[in-house]
Parts: sequence; C-alpha cells; structure tokens
Amino acid sequence: MTNRFRTPSGGRIDRATPVSFRFDGKTFTGYRGDTLASALIANGVHLVGRSFKYHRPRGFISAGSDEPNALVNVVRDGARQAPNLRATQVEIYEGLKAESQNRWPSLGFDAGAVNDLFSPFLPSGFYYKTFMWPAGAWKRFYEPKIRAMAGLGVAPTLPDPDRYTQNYAHCDVLVVGAGPAGLAAALAAASSGAKVILVDEQAEFGGSLLSETTAIIEGKPTADWLADTLANLAAKDNVTLLPRTTAFGYFPHNLIALAERVTDHLAAPGADLPRERLWQVRAKEVVLATGALERPLVFPENDRPGVLLADSGRTYLNRYGVRPGERAVIFTACDAGYRAALDLKAGGVAIAAIADLRSELTGELPTHALKAGIDVRPSTVVTGTSGRLRVSGASLAKVKHGTVGPSESVACDVVLMSGGFTPSVHLFSQSRGKLVWDGAAGAYLPGTSVERERSAGASRGLSGLQRVLEDGYAQGEAAAKAARDFTSPARGQTPAPAESSRSIPASAEDLGTDGFIGATPHSRNPAFVKAFVDWQNDVTAKDIKLATREGFRSIEHVKRYTTTGMATDQGKTSNMNALGIVSEALDTPVPQIGLTTFRPPFTPTTFGIFAGEARGDLFDPLRKTAIHDWAAEHGAAFEDVSLWKRAHYFPRAGEDMHAAVARECKAVRASVGLFDASTLGKIEVVGPDAAEFMNRIYTNAWAKLEPGRLRYGVMLREDGFVMDDGVVGRLAPDRFHVTTTTGGAPRVLAHMEDFLQTEWPDLDVWLTSTTEQWAVIAVQGPKAREVIAPLIEGIDLSKEAFPHMSVREGRICGVPTRLFSVSFTGELGFEINVPAEYGRSVWEAVYAAGERFGITPYGTEAMHVLRAEKGYIIVGQETDGTATPDDVGLGWAVGKAKKDFVGKRSLARAAFSAPDRKQLVGLRTTDPRVVLEEGAQIVTDPSAPIPVPMLGFVTSSYNSAVLGRSIALAMIKGGRARIGQKLTVPMETHAIEVEVVEPVFYDPKGERLNG
Amino acid sequence: MLIIDCPWCGKRPEIEFRYGGEAHIARPADPSALSDEEWAEFLYNRTNPKGLHAERWRHIHGCGRYFNAVRDTVSDFFVVTYKAGEQRPENLGPDVDGASIGGDK
Amino acid sequence: MQKFSGFELFRRALGGHKSWQPQWRSPEPKAEYDVIIVGAGGHGLAAAYYLAKEHGITNVAVIERGWLGGGNTGRNTTIVRSNYLFDESAALYEHAVKLWEGLSADLNYNVMYSARGVLMLAHNHHDEISFKRHVHSNRLNGVDNEWLTAEQVKEFCPPLNITSMRYPIIGGALQRRGGTARHDAVAWGFARAADARGVDIIQNCEVKAIRRGPSGAVEGVETTKGFIRAKKIGVSAAGHTSVVMAMAGLRMPLESYPLQALVSEPVKPAFPTVVMSNTIHAYISQSDKGEMVIGAGTDAYTSYSQRGALHITTHTLDAICELVPQFRRLRMLRNWGGIVDVTPDRSPIIAKTPVPGLYVNCGWGTGGFKATPGSGNVFAHTIARDAPHPINAPFTLERFRDGFLIDEAAAAAVAH
Repeated sequence: MTNRFRTPSGGRIDRATPVSFRFDGKTFTGYRGDTLASALIANGVHLVGRSFKYHRPRGFISAGSDEPNALVNVVRDGARQAPNLRATQVEIYEGLKAESQNRWPSLGFDAGAVNDLFSPFLPSGFYYKTFMWPAGAWKRFYEPKIRAMAGLGVAPTLPDPDRYTQNYAHCDVLVVGAGPAGLAAALAAASSGAKVILVDEQAEFGGSLLSETTAIIEGKPTADWLADTLANLAAKDNVTLLPRTTAFGYFPHNLIALAERVTDHLAAPGADLPRERLWQVRAKEVVLATGALERPLVFPENDRPGVLLADSGRTYLNRYGVRPGERAVIFTACDAGYRAALDLKAGGVAIAAIADLRSELTGELPTHALKAGIDVRPSTVVTGTSGRLRVSGASLAKVKHGTVGPSESVACDVVLMSGGFTPSVHLFSQSRGKLVWDGAAGAYLPGTSVERERSAGASRGLSGLQRVLEDGYAQGEAAAKAARDFTSPARGQTPAPAESSRSIPASAEDLGTDGFIGATPHSRNPAFVKAFVDWQNDVTAKDIKLATREGFRSIEHVKRYTTTGMATDQGKTSNMNALGIVSEALDTPVPQIGLTTFRPPFTPTTFGIFAGEARGDLFDPLRKTAIHDWAAEHGAAFEDVSLWKRAHYFPRAGEDMHAAVARECKAVRASVGLFDASTLGKIEVVGPDAAEFMNRIYTNAWAKLEPGRLRYGVMLREDGFVMDDGVVGRLAPDRFHVTTTTGGAPRVLAHMEDFLQTEWPDLDVWLTSTTEQWAVIAVQGPKAREVIAPLIEGIDLSKEAFPHMSVREGRICGVPTRLFSVSFTGELGFEINVPAEYGRSVWEAVYAAGERFGITPYGTEAMHVLRAEKGYIIVGQETDGTATPDDVGLGWAVGKAKKDFVGKRSLARAAFSAPDRKQLVGLRTTDPRVVLEEGAQIVTDPSAPIPVPMLGFVTSSYNSAVLGRSIALAMIKGGRARIGQKLTVPMETHAIEVEVVEPVFYDPKGERLNG
Repeated sequence: MLIIDCPWCGKRPEIEFRYGGEAHIARPADPSALSDEEWAEFLYNRTNPKGLHAERWRHIHGCGRYFNAVRDTVSDFFVVTYKAGEQRPENLGPDVDGASIGGDK
Repeated sequence: MQKFSGFELFRRALGGHKSWQPQWRSPEPKAEYDVIIVGAGGHGLAAAYYLAKEHGITNVAVIERGWLGGGNTGRNTTIVRSNYLFDESAALYEHAVKLWEGLSADLNYNVMYSARGVLMLAHNHHDEISFKRHVHSNRLNGVDNEWLTAEQVKEFCPPLNITSMRYPIIGGALQRRGGTARHDAVAWGFARAADARGVDIIQNCEVKAIRRGPSGAVEGVETTKGFIRAKKIGVSAAGHTSVVMAMAGLRMPLESYPLQALVSEPVKPAFPTVVMSNTIHAYISQSDKGEMVIGAGTDAYTSYSQRGALHITTHTLDAICELVPQFRRLRMLRNWGGIVDVTPDRSPIIAKTPVPGLYVNCGWGTGGFKATPGSGNVFAHTIARDAPHPINAPFTLERFRDGFLIDEAAAAAVAH
C-alpha cells in the first residue's frame, strides 16, 4: 500500500521509520509518529466507522480526543482488546491491529444501514412512543433487537491480564495542557523554583504549536522554540513532564486525577510496565491551559467521510504530512477556515472554494486567501453534500437577507468546516467554578473560581499566539506566587488578570473569536434533511427542534430526549451547536437555555486504573491468625469471616465437610478439641473509672465483678438493639479484658471511643485494641484440664481455685498468659491468651500435650454446632440488628437496677414490649434426619393463601452428630409461649413439621462445664 | 477526597477520618426522664442543613480523637474545625476554607 | 393527549413530525390548587397522576425548583425489584413492580421496563442465610425470588467471575421479574399523563416557605413565582426533604448523603442481567444503549454537593473489576452524584405529618426509583383521603418514636 496522500516532506513524523499495521484485516504502512487516523488518511482511507443509530458511513472529524466518529477496537491479543478507542489518539506501532465497529458484515457494506432508510420513522425519542403493543412484546422482541443494535464496540471477553498502578503526588503548580499557554505557564512557574507537574493528553507536548509551520516565537521557528522549551523544562529537577496523560477529574481541595497511558503505544511493552497509571495529584495551585475545541458546522449531510474540522485538516497536513484530500471545499464562520485553506493549498491540495457564513471579510487571512487566488465566497453556506462512502461534492448557496438562494454543486473529496472555537472549560466547571456567558466571544468562559486554579490562554477565550503565550506565562508566575504565599483564600474570587513579566514575541495570525453556533441556513425541506449535531448518536438539527416542539425546553431535557451530547465525546463537538439550535427554536438567548453539567471524566477513562492492584488477594486486606499456617499445613478448609480467614473444618482423607464436622464435634464432647479463637476482638479497658464506663456501655452490672472473674456482656446500640456480645475478664479493679465478636471489634471500639470521648470525657479510662496482640487457643472438652495442666506455671487449675468463668495470669510453656476458664461448647474449657508471636508454638505444645487424649483441632463449623447444641447465640446469626436482649433470651443480662446504660431508654418504647416480638427458641423436626434450611420461614398453616402469615425463621440449623439428630434455633413471634407447639416450615416443594422447644439441646443443666 | 484539619494533628486526607454525624447533640443526662417524643428527637431527628453544618469527625487513622467541624454541605468546604467539647464558633462567614492544603501545623 | 403508537409515529413521520405537540404544558401557577406537590421527580409526578386518575383530584400543581425529573429520577441506576424481607416492604415494592409491569400501557409512554432479572450475590455464609431468609419470606408473600448455587449464578450471568477472587461467590438470590426501566421516560411519562388530566407542572419555581394558618394547618407555599394557595401539600423532594420540611417547622429523621453512579462507554450486549453485591459494594447492569451502569453505596458524609469522592468511585470499580475482570479495559464515560435522604431504618416515610394538610414522601435512600409508581400511588391515596393506604400505613413518622422500625438494612446487615 502506498502513502498516496503523504506530502513529500514536512510534518513531525519519522519518515525513516516506516510502521506497518492492520485495519480491518488490510495491511497499511505509516510512519513512527503517526496516529492511526493520520496513517489511514495518508493511505486515502476516510471511511472508518458507522454511526450509532443509522449506521451511516463515517470518517474522521477531528485529529484529537474530541473525535466522535472514528472509534476502533485495538487488538493486541485475545484478552488485550480495547473497544471504542479514538483512531485520532491511537499511536501506531509495528503490527498494530485495529478493527472498525458497529458494522456487519463489513464497513463498506453494513446491513444496519437500512436504519438510515427508515430514519424518518426514527426521530429522537421514537422508542418512547412505540413498541408498547402487544403487551409483552417489548421484553421478548423489541428490546433484544434494540439492544443488539445499540452499543458501539465489543467488550473484551477474557480477563484483562494487564497491570494498572496508582501514584500519588504533591506539587506547587499543576499545569494542565502543554500547548503554548501551558508551556509558558510551566516555564514561568518552574523558573521561580516551584515544583511543577505539566501534563498533556497527547504523545507530544506542544498542543497547537505542533501544527504550526510558519510562526516565529522569540525569533525562532516554532519547532525550534518548542524543542528548546521542552529541553529547558526537562532539564529542571523541579519539573515533572507527563505526556500521554489526561487530567480527567477535578475533585475538591485541588485534587486532580490524571490517567497516564504507559504502554498502549508500544509494540512490545516490557512486562514490568503497567498499561496505565492513575495519578492523584494534590496541587497547591492549578493552571488550566486546556485550549479550545473547534466547533463543527451543522449543515445538511455534514457527516460524510471526508467532512472534517478545518483545523484538524490543517493538523493532518502540518503535523503528520498528510493531505486530507485532493480538492477541498471550505465552509467557515471564522478565519480558521482560511488558515487551513492557505496551508492546504501550499501543501498541494486544490481549494475549490471557501464558503464563508460571514458577509464582511476584513481579516488578514481572507485577504491572503484572495491574494492567493482562492475562490472566496462571502455570505455563502453549504446546503448539502454528495457521495456515498466519501464526500464527492458540496452544494454552495448564497444567503441574501436571510434567504438562501439556489445552490451550485462543487466537486471535492474533502470538506473542511469551522464554526469557531469553544474554550475547553471542562475542568474549570468540574472544579465548580462559575461559567460566564460572553456574548462577544459567543462562548462560556471561566468566571469565579472555587478552587485554587486559574485558566490561561485559549481556555479563557484568548486568541493570538503572542497573547496566549504571555497569558500563560503570567498565569504561571501568578500561580507560583500564590503557591508560595499560601495564606490568602482563593474561594469566591476571580483570579486577577495577571501581567506577564516576560514578553514572548510571536508572529502568527490572530484568528479572533468569530464563529457560529447553531444550524446553518439552507432552503431544503427540513423534514428530509439530516444536518448532524451529534455525529456519534445521530442527532440532527431537526431532532433538537422536535424536542423543543414537544416541550423539552431545558437543555438538560433536550439532551436527554435527543441524546445529543451523550456520546463518547460527551458533547465536545455537539453541545454548543445544540444550545444554539434550542436558542433559535425557542427564541431565547443562549444563557437562558442553561448548560449541561460537565462531569468527570474529561475523556473516557479505563476502569482498570481505578481498580489498580486491588484484585484477588489484594482486593481487601487479608487477616490471618498466628495459627493460620499450622491450620493450612494440617489441611484446614478456610472460610471468610469479615477480613479474616478462619479454619472452617479439618477434613481428613476421604472426609467431606459433614463427616469432618461430625468427627470434630464428637471429639470435643468425648475428649478434647483445640480451636483457634484468635480472631475474637479484644479491647483493654483501663483506668480508675473503667468499671463505671463498663456499666454505662454494657447492659450488665460490672461494679461487683471481682478481679479474676469473667462475665458474659451484652452491648446495645442507643436504639436498644443488640450490637455485640462477648466475655469480659476483670483483671484488676481498674482493668478489663473485653472480647467482642470477630467482625464487631472495630465497630465496638469506635462505639466505646465515641461515648468515652464525646459524652463522658470526665471518665478516666483508656481503650486499647488488643485483637492483634493476643493469640487465643481454646481447649475444650472433658480432658481440657489434663491437657494443659503440665504446661501451665503459676496458676492453680483446680476446680475450686479456678472455677468456670475465671481469669488468671500466669505462664504457659514459659510464655505469659491470661488464662480464661470459659466455654463456648458447654464442655469444660479454657481459652489460652498468649502474645501473638508465641501463638503457634503454644498451640503446637498444647497439641502435642493433647495427643494422648486424641486432641482434635476443630474449625468454625464445629464451633457453631457445639454452641447451637447449647443454645448459645451468635450475634449476627440469631440477632440481625432488630433483636433486643430479651428477644434472644438475654433478658437476664440486662441490669434492671441500673439507672442508665446505652440503649436502656429505647427499651422502654412501645415496640419493645409488643406481644408478638420474635423470641429465640429451639426447633426439633419430627423427622430427626431432616436438617432445616437456615433462613427458612415458620408458619402455622402452610396452606393459607398468599400472603401467608409468617411467625419467624430458622436462624441456625445443623446435624448434631452427638445427639444423632438435627437441631435448630429460630426466632418466632411469641416463641417462648409456643414451646411444645407443632409448627410448619414450608419449603418450595414440601412442608416440614417441627416442634418448638427450649433452645438448649445438650446438657441443659450445664453440668459438663465443670468437667 | 477532602483535606481535613484535625485540631490535634493538622491537615490530613479524608481517608484517615471517619464521619461522625451531626455535632452538639448531647446525650440527655437522664434519658428515663424523657418522653418518647423527646427521646426520638435525640435519637433520630437531625438538622441536615443545606449550608453550614456542625459535625463530628474522628481521626481514626491518626490520633483517634473525635473533633468537630463546620462544613458547608453545598460545597463540602470546611469553615473551621475545633476540639470536642468546645462551643461551635459563632458568626461564621461563608464557606471560605482558604488553606485547604499545605501550611501544616 | 396525543396518542403515542407505532402508527402515529408513522403517520406523523410523513408530515415531517411537525404535528407533535408539547408532551406537557408550561403553565403559570394558578392562585390556588386543591393539592400542591413539591418536587417534580418521578415520585411527585406519579402522585399527581394518581391523584387525578384514581381520586378525581385534578386541580393539582407539581412545583419544581429545576426541571422535572432532574433530581434523583434522572440520576439513578434504575434498578427495580421487590424481593424485600419484611412483609411491609415486600407489599410496598411488590405493589410498585405490579404497576411497573403495566406502566407503559397505562401511561401510553414506553418506560422500557426490562425484566432482565436482579441477581444479588452471596459471598459468605452470612449472605447465604440472609438471602435464603429473603427467598422463603418472599415466596410466602407472593414475591418471586430464588436461590441460585454458584454454578447457577454463573449460568445465569456468564460474564461473572465466581472463583478467582478475594470473596468467591457461593450463590445468589435472583428475582426474575426485577430489572431496569428508562428513568427519564418514567418522569416524562407521568408528567405527560398527569398534564393531560389537568395537573399543572410548574418548573423553575422554587418553594421558599410553607405558610401555616392560625390553626397550624398549611395554607400554601411562597415560591419564586409568588404565593400559591393550597390546603394540602405533599412534599416529595427526596434529598431536599429536610430543607423543605424545615419551612413548616418540622425536624425530620433524615440525613442527605451523596450517592454516585457511573456509566461506561456503550458496548454491544455483554451483561445480561442486573447484578448486585452488597458484600463488596457494587452493582452493575447494561442499559438499552449499551452502557454499563454502575453504582454502590452512599459516600461517607452528608452533603448536598451532588458529587462524590474519587476514592469511593475507585472502590466501586475495584469491586466491578473483581466481579467482571474482562471489564477492566472498558472505560468510564461519565460519573455523577445525586443526593439521597436516608432514614434511621433505611425505609421510607410515606405519611401524614404533625402539621395538618402536610404530607411527606421521603427517606428512600439509595433505592427510591424502584418504588416510583407504587410510592406515588399510595402517597396520592394518603393525600386524597387524609389517611394512609394499608400498604403505606406502617411507613409513618411515628414509628421512630415507638420503635416499630422496618429495618431492612439491619436485617440484611453485612457479616457481623
């Protein structure tokens, strides 16, 4: 393939390095430095996509990130596919593969284009008006069809193997945009010593300067000035340059989010490199030098491949050495059309005519064009174009006194259009700065700031290279100064116009601020004309007029009804023209139509950079106990409990969970078991007022608990519902060792701190989280005492000296311990607290000491079964945030004599003594083999009509190997009064008969606790 | 992510803090003396203003302390932060939170 | 009201669509109405529509500070489901789902109710018990919801990653009749249908004060377009409810939080259903247009700023990329925030207030869209009869005083 449209010389591409790539299966050649767009145009390819709705053939409109049409899927390999990338931003590399989208079977012949024929029946909002008949057809027929038609590219189907990373940075001055204003701002700020970050979305810094061939800056050709400036900046230690980096979001307190594309432009990215990188930059001051975007003109058939923005056409020529066509018609409302025409003419493109909306041509550029012999036609519009997959002609007509005359057809293969420039105020608006409509400029410009930022250059409506450069320099100086004197508030102020201390003489034509907003006039029947406002979403001028006719008057309504501005360019090409059309249709000035909100991101931003490395094991912190590795080595299956991995059960060869749990439970009841309880939350409550504090936080009374004793405590939220529970040991008059549920520890500590700090600052108490400090080894079963006795020093383990619910300090295996005599199984039991770093060695010592008794490690499942056999609740399983202490049989733990504690007042409310409150009971299935489903509901009459009145539900249910039958706990309305009743658990296919029983199934007298 | 000026530690990013709801709602000294309406007012009703809001924050990944702040709920900018137990500053101006970053104490 | 149909579309196309009339009028306010609804979101417009349709009260104004449907109606992620645990909630949301199913025909406006299923993922044993409790309760309440095993989850939604993740998926609860609807169409459909029955929708009109008479009863509202008299005022102002109710001297059990959402660029159909994971905090569905619509819980602090924090978005996308790792290469197109008003028990208030003639519909938190037709329907009943419909009778303000909370959030709480 040839580069037929490549100029013989010029441009910034590297002509010494040809690059071959594939587009839709065909191989092409470009040069290093080309984008996919420039390389395709060099090969004469303009047809690159199909529109969303009508599947109209589409070409490139722009040369940058505002491109709405030329979206491609770039395929590196099966898993590395990225849909909807703009060909105007994709840098080619050797072997790049890209595919067009939204077409079948091919881009040239797309069956979906039949929609275009039916377009008269598919105006904006057509789907709201139809597809409602017959009932059900929407879901079965219409919607699937519409969905299949919608969408642009195809989502990848394999997990993305690439990495994404995240950086955080601080700086004095962040400069967004490295065009003339941004470069000057960075220079100024950097020279003053400020720490500067300069970012630009393009591969090369320079912005509009990259398309500049004739301008002289400070006596140098633009390219030389640019090279010197970049070298100067790169040499400074206080400057960070980030090309290929989009500032996509402006968040409160000057937090700017940047997306850096690291490897997409590389043929063979190193494995060490992330594909993209998210930067979160906290800047003292921000300079927004985001430039301006050229506006298309809205005229009939302005969407044919070959119709593009004038300045983009010039960019293709000057920056990439590519002629966008051989014979151009220019349609312009400003001098940019002339600048493009003159450059293109010099580059070998024939200029068929310049149609200028304006009647008076006074500027320098029109004069040059006339001198150059170009056919310049003032007061002239383009009223249509011809061609199928590429524009082949344009119709030009004079406008006299508002009337469009007869049109004349002019042959061409490219139409360049320019409606003027719209300042890029996206980030300013995201920062919540107030935009102000400038009637003279015909644009919204930055007004009052909210954050510490200032706009520079074209983004605040300036034109003329020298003015822009000097403004950039001035804003950079001002920003650096403001960053130094970091005291004066920036809120609510418009940055004072700054004066540059440096003159930066530059010779280039000033394009001024002429332009046009809205749809250009034509004399054709508007009903049958498509003049596109939003190319990608196929929104035409008549769609917008229809919306206004149907009562959609706010621009937000128009946007939503027509979908204008909702395409992947988010209105960059369409918003202002849509505003103009609404303004004209409603005969209302533009500022009264409103403006849609600028939302992040500035351009579409890869999900992967937000997620970064947070996947798999790094998705959430993973907490492991000191004994975790031992459990893993002994074959434990683990379960997730909040952030912890807990040993669920310890299957032996050939055992399933059921068998393992049955064996573990039996071992505990018959001899002894070993359980890792380290995940229990632990808080040390210390201080002279510790007992008073405990009294206020817990429902229980603590004053009389003697040091050396344990007590089961219940904690309520202030609204009266059970929040957490746990065993608390009093080690000394002023010291409590509090335990909480595994998941509840942070919540409980926060709750305690809240009351201690803000309600009772008078209490002299310290709270310390000790969850991680202690490993907790539960030894449970009739042989528990015999197992640990040989290992313990300094504690009398006898029943008399160390009764159930006591705590002693001593040593085990030479390691300090807090030894609890406590049981969550109903058996004689101890919980050995040792410093976590000794957890595994003490565990192993206990295991060894227990071998002669067949000591059996057991997991959380067996723990659950054992405690359920005893009717011990688990907060979060029996309670669900709507249970009171009395509901779950803990009324005894509520200190009735206490004047107050957190939650007490709420218990006195009407609902808390309602007779139909659910209460904890046990359930026995009539058939002992049937294990109820946890969560199953309980009713009296399963054959009652829907809605079937429900009495409650099963909270816990297990097969008890020890009892040889199933057991269950349940919350049932008025449950305690129903003990002895037969009720039904209705399942989807059958009903299960149950009897309500006391919630203690094993050793109801508690005789085994003492061994 | 906001920058929050902890009265004890200085300016830190929002993720070090936990929001604690409306400030200056003192727990009644004797809850049992309150009617159900009064208790519900304490427990549930909130000012929820559009504008300046006195609220509690806890520097949970820092000093651990609760403190109070006045923030403009429209802009999310802070007007002032102050220690728990102190009165809400009066005659606060608009939501001018100049020194949002830097200038560490 | 001009009829909408394929035939009408065809007929008017031949005339270049010149003959379509405004879908609703833009009237100036009258001096007095029988009922004023404050807030022209989906709920308020629905209430106005049902006041006119079911209660014959057509002298109604809906007053809107901005443009109709511009608040949470136009910002939400459009999930519709009714598989709530408690009888009270199930009845309310099921009432809404039944209305959703016939809404396009009723309004003559295609609201694109897409019953593509809502699948809630279980990642741990606690989730499993909770979801099964919902499934059983829902079945007995006549609400469809079923438990799926991990394999069935994968079969129903093949793009999901169910194993190679920090919290593997162990099952899920699926409501097949759940799904999504087109949010704007809901607001516009109700607006058009209410307008056709005589309701005045007054946009760009901000309520500045609620005037109460000597007896304490409401007399009307002061607005930026002057005083408008009415003996009944229904407040349906979502995130701004506290602000409006304060005008009548009422303090509310509400806090307003930012709720963020985002969409990806549109792609061809790649995600067949609505998936929610409360455990890792994210949900996702694909719109008719092809965008992945993504959201999560609220931001951490109260705010009216209508924007959220970057680290919250980041966390949401962590979860999405964990659930659907092939979507890491998709790109975020737009990210925005709304203001949701949250009650202490996360259930709404649809009720009379202590002020005679003042009614309130609020507290929908993150899930109000799904209730739109049902909520409007029972709110209209409450206003028209000065007494609640049996369905909203439990959703009073007094429940906070008496402790009869309807605490779906606590009941479905994350693992303790």
